[in-house]
Amino acid sequence: MIMLIIYILLAIGIIFQILGVLSLYRFPDVYTRLHGTAKCTTFGSIFIYLAVIVYGAWFAFSGNPEYAVLSIHTIIIMVLLLVTNPTGAHAIARAAYRSGIMPKGAVVDMLKTKDKVARK
Amino acid sequence: MTVLAIAFIFSFLFYLVLTAGSGKVLVWSIEEICFGIIFSILTAILVKKLWLSVGAKPDLRILNPKRWAFFLIYAIGPLFFEITKANFDVACRVITGKIRPGIVKISPGMKTDFGTMMVANSITLTPRTLAVDVDDKGNIYVHWIFVKIKEPRVEDICSSFPKWIKRIVE
Repeated sequence: MIMLIIYILLAIGIIFQILGVLSLYRFPDVYTRLHGTAKCTTFGSIFIYLAVIVYGAWFAFSGNPEYAVLSIHTIIIMVLLLVTNPTGAHAIARAAYRSGIMPKGAVVDMLKTKDKVARK
Repeated sequence: MTVLAIAFIFSFLFYLVLTAGSGKVLVWSIEEICFGIIFSILTAILVKKLWLSVGAKPDLRILNPKRWAFFLIYAIGPLFFEITKANFDVACRVITGKIRPGIVKISPGMKTDFGTMMVANSITLTPRTLAVDVDDKGNIYVHWIFVKIKEPRVEDICSSFPKWIKRIVE
């Protein structure tokens, strides 16, 4: 039973990881690719971490307290990933825009006007 | 002094969480606790130096446990729900390839830099929106994968995030 839950969590995680990789090929430029690769893969990783947490907690409650360490460490990794991942994605996007890569096929680009104001 | 004490307490707690299950004193061994105290004092001194070099004043309101409770509810409730919803949306767009990208500007109207940072991080953590730049007035420039409205309100991009973050940090 507990193994079934873990397998389902792992499957959800891996499906989102695959979609994140596919988005690298589907999308045209760096910004849209960041949507897929940086975020879908985070969501997939959350589910894989959840599978590890459930695994550790299950063994900890069924008489092997040393497995609780596994869960605790995975929770710390999850929190750190959730804090650092948006920061990294934002840094990549900002660096790309500053180095002159315009979003491909953009309907509207408000940031262009901001730069003009700043140059004056 | 307060900065020193707070930095020491938090780094020591973090060290204790990391080394849980190493020995017999409760769940820690004596060596780990001694090393934890030494390294926490070192970390606290470094943090204090950083604070002095930046010249910032510590904002102690964030230590209120009510704000932490709000943060936990926010992270598990609205934020995770939005992330899930947006993930399925982007997953569909990966398969169908239907995109209409653009960079739009929103003004969430947060008073502090920390609030603006949390809104921008929440926006970036949600797929289909990506914070590209921030200006001095706290306006966030968001890359949106499917632009429905060219001048969106705050609710169109990040449903109820600013309301929650105002409760947490302001």
